[in-house]
Amino acid sequence: MADTAFATVAEHSAHVHDVKPGFWHTYVFSTDHKTIGKQYLCIGLIWAVVGGLLAYVMRWQLAWPDTAVPGWGEVGPEVYNMMVTMHGTIMVFFVAMPILLGAYGNFLIPLMIGARDMAFPRLNMLSVWVFAFASLVLFLSFFVPGGAASAGWTGYPPLSAKVEYTGVNWGMNLWILALALEFASFLMGGVNYLTTAITLRVPGMTFFRLPLVVWQQLTAATLFLLSVGPLIAGAVMLLLDRTIGTHFYLPDLGGDPLLWQHLFWFFGHPEVYVILLPALGFVLEVLPVFSRKPIFSYRGIIYSTIAAGGLSFVVWAHHMFVSGMDPRLAMPFSITTILISVPFAFIVFAMIATLWRGSIRFDTPMLFALGFLAMFIVGGLTGIFNGSAPADIYISDTYFVVAHFHYTLFSSVVFGGFAGFYFWFSKMFGRLLNETLGKVHFWLTLVCFNLTFFPMHNIGLAGMGRRIANPLQYEFLVPHQWVNVLVTVGAILLLAAQIPLVLNIAWSLLAGRAAPANPWEANTLEWTAPSPPPHLNWETLPVVYRGPYEYSVPEVREEWLPQDQALAAPSR
Amino acid sequence: MTAWPEGGVPMLNWMRWLPENVSTYGGDIDAVISLIYYVTLVWFFLTLGTLAAFLILYRRREGRRAAYVTGDRLKESAWILVPLLIVLGLDFWLDLRGAPVWAKVKSQVPPAALSIQVTAKQFNWEILYAGPDGVFGTSDDLQRENELHVPVNKVVRVVLKSKDVIHSFFLPNLRLKQDVVPGRTIEAWFEATQPGQYELPCAELCGFGHSGMKGWLYVHPPEEYEKWVREQWRSS
Amino acid sequence: MATRAEAQAIPGILPGKVGVWWFLASEVMLFGGLIASYVVFRLGSAGWSTESAHLSVPIAAVNTLVLLTSSLTMVQAFAAVEGGDQPRLRMHLGLTILLGLTFLGIKAFEYTFEIRAGFTPGAGIFWSFYYTMTGLHALHVLAGIVVNTLLFVRAGRGTRNWHQVELAGLYWHLVDIVWIFLFPLLYLT
Repeated sequence: MADTAFATVAEHSAHVHDVKPGFWHTYVFSTDHKTIGKQYLCIGLIWAVVGGLLAYVMRWQLAWPDTAVPGWGEVGPEVYNMMVTMHGTIMVFFVAMPILLGAYGNFLIPLMIGARDMAFPRLNMLSVWVFAFASLVLFLSFFVPGGAASAGWTGYPPLSAKVEYTGVNWGMNLWILALALEFASFLMGGVNYLTTAITLRVPGMTFFRLPLVVWQQLTAATLFLLSVGPLIAGAVMLLLDRTIGTHFYLPDLGGDPLLWQHLFWFFGHPEVYVILLPALGFVLEVLPVFSRKPIFSYRGIIYSTIAAGGLSFVVWAHHMFVSGMDPRLAMPFSITTILISVPFAFIVFAMIATLWRGSIRFDTPMLFALGFLAMFIVGGLTGIFNGSAPADIYISDTYFVVAHFHYTLFSSVVFGGFAGFYFWFSKMFGRLLNETLGKVHFWLTLVCFNLTFFPMHNIGLAGMGRRIANPLQYEFLVPHQWVNVLVTVGAILLLAAQIPLVLNIAWSLLAGRAAPANPWEANTLEWTAPSPPPHLNWETLPVVYRGPYEYSVPEVREEWLPQDQALAAPSR
Repeated sequence: MTAWPEGGVPMLNWMRWLPENVSTYGGDIDAVISLIYYVTLVWFFLTLGTLAAFLILYRRREGRRAAYVTGDRLKESAWILVPLLIVLGLDFWLDLRGAPVWAKVKSQVPPAALSIQVTAKQFNWEILYAGPDGVFGTSDDLQRENELHVPVNKVVRVVLKSKDVIHSFFLPNLRLKQDVVPGRTIEAWFEATQPGQYELPCAELCGFGHSGMKGWLYVHPPEEYEKWVREQWRSS
Repeated sequence: MATRAEAQAIPGILPGKVGVWWFLASEVMLFGGLIASYVVFRLGSAGWSTESAHLSVPIAAVNTLVLLTSSLTMVQAFAAVEGGDQPRLRMHLGLTILLGLTFLGIKAFEYTFEIRAGFTPGAGIFWSFYYTMTGLHALHVLAGIVVNTLLFVRAGRGTRNWHQVELAGLYWHLVDIVWIFLFPLLYLT
């Protein structure tokens, strides 16, 4: 049969090592999905530091306005707006996307489906290089005359469409360019992920035996592929308005500022699920492993994910209730928004049900997964406030919204992200992380996160607006300034709480114990490869006999039953 | 000086953080927020409580093995499908309760005692009063920066325009917010129930002067308002 | 060293084709976003047809024929591949490239004519859309010409790149279909 011959050829070539790849080929110009994943991780983590430092400066300014920020200096309103803008842009597009999708999508998908690499390894390499180039463009935008973009990560025109409204010229143009490049990079990645999962699964790995994280990555990739087009169109239009004098968003010659908002949020809402779903996937992997139980309602979670993904395309105008759009649009979008809470409620309930009658081990990945669950519940609940059009009349553009999206985004990017990070670190790098440092990191992060972001609900309900540089300019906010101080203290502590992580990584990579292939006793295919897997992943490709969550199977003595382990008993 | 809202756990007692409401529809909006707050608070305790209980009850113990439960059987999945249906029902109920409030505030402007034109620009509110003749564009129009004077207990129509970028007309104490878009004329309305001085911040990033861009709404009792009108138009 | 992983679970589904279809889906959303914006604007404003009357329908009609024919030659190129007919493949690829270049040339002439008459991108919202939509489309045509040229060169070296011709054909047909939408929307009032 053709594919057996194919398989033999590939098997054979896996043994061929005629030319040992040098440093550049192994670490820089690599087509290996695992290396590319690590490259995305590296760049994303560097940007996370930048985004975090921007938050530090902003928070200092908010707590003690017009005092010099230690390590930075005084922050004027133009610089503040630039920081607010770049903080959001960096965190969404240059931290969350590369780490959750770029790093773990790349690393996990081939390993979890039994493939040797992605379907298009060279396209994969191109995608990370385009992303690196996008990073360079964004970085340079800080240093051009006029500074970096300052119209918010949402970039609403006319503010963003005419230089004289912000004083920012090339910074804004480079911002648009950097985003366009980032979109191109993830379009390439998305095509790769979907094609790989569709065409390269090993025999036995049916769609309904795929680990849930793969389903989440695929759904995220699909959402991105189908939603980014209109924003690319919109970004092209914005760039043209800024450079060659078109009038898409400028009303003086027939343009409409609201067009941007529709195009932006048509993408923007699916985008937040693009970021959420992979992290949700990490948690969905971690929970069964550390409860020693199957995930509750595997298919239900898949259908809920797809439903949520589909619904995400018809909720976008909940970001625009008070924008001036036709008021008759508000209730339909309120309804769709409230509906989207249903599939997510299902997934949350299923995750809690997974714990029921489990045998729970509280290792660091599990702690972060549980942290995700708790924080996501809060974030999801405050979404109900924001999705109600009349409530939103008041809370739109206040810190209540900031609290909501930090609870949802942070829970996914940070708690979910770290769940995955700690879980797969040993597989990625071949060393074990220190458990004690991990637990310290978790508890500090959990406490400081809530200290930082919970009070934002309160100050938002008090009416504090977003993107203001000095709350003391408003008399009604002066009595509440202590909340801003509290938040800033929390933020500084939250940043400091990441130090145990840095120490842990350094210690582990320099002096940590070598990791076995399967330290967590988990079922999915990546744990059958060595830690870290070699190029082309396995000597012999695995064959799959069952789904990924066969834990504590009654007929089996061990608590775990790998997907590739043949058994006399019939599989599910 | 701090203001610690009284009652309950201060940070969890969200409704106490809303500023004083002096608007006829403010109570309706607060009621929607309050309803959502209490519904979500119940879910918060239910879900986090269940989560905490499971973590305690089912922590790993010697000699006890996890149960092999996949959730595929209806008996098992009913435990999440039923709460899910409750969630769905509550969601619809919240929307049902909210729809009339939205319609009241945003769908149309009721018959107004007076109209005021508010033109936003970087970084001020230009308030245009029609004057005694009640018509804009005539010689008795009067423009003020950042001062919005209205009588108490009267419906005021606000005609919103922008000279440059998008701003947002936000009256926290009246629970009114409306983005102001260049190239469009958008109408909003409010009726203040209590005299006083209320801040009018801009609620949409509009440039480096966004922070601090604010006006003041002055709600006058009837005699005081008449006096203000006489003073303003005395010279014209 | 294997640079391509082997297909296993579903033999016969080629990764390249799956990949291209997903890519085309994203392109549909890109042009769809532009076209939807255009339609919403158009429905909401008067005086649109007076602007579009300044465009030359005959020239665009010719261009439409050019592009349609190029899709035909692209299909012929793929048929040649299936028949293993290398010279015929080259000829039809070459024709497709020439027709694509003709399209771009006519477009360039059109732009020059219109800009000289004062209809620049900044002349009004119709013109902003016209130049952006046709310009983005033209960039896609150019990209397709580049790809086809690469295949043309490879066909000359005798490599059997039938699969790539099919994929390039799929892309080229999309570019054609987008134009089929743009032509009536922009030119025919």
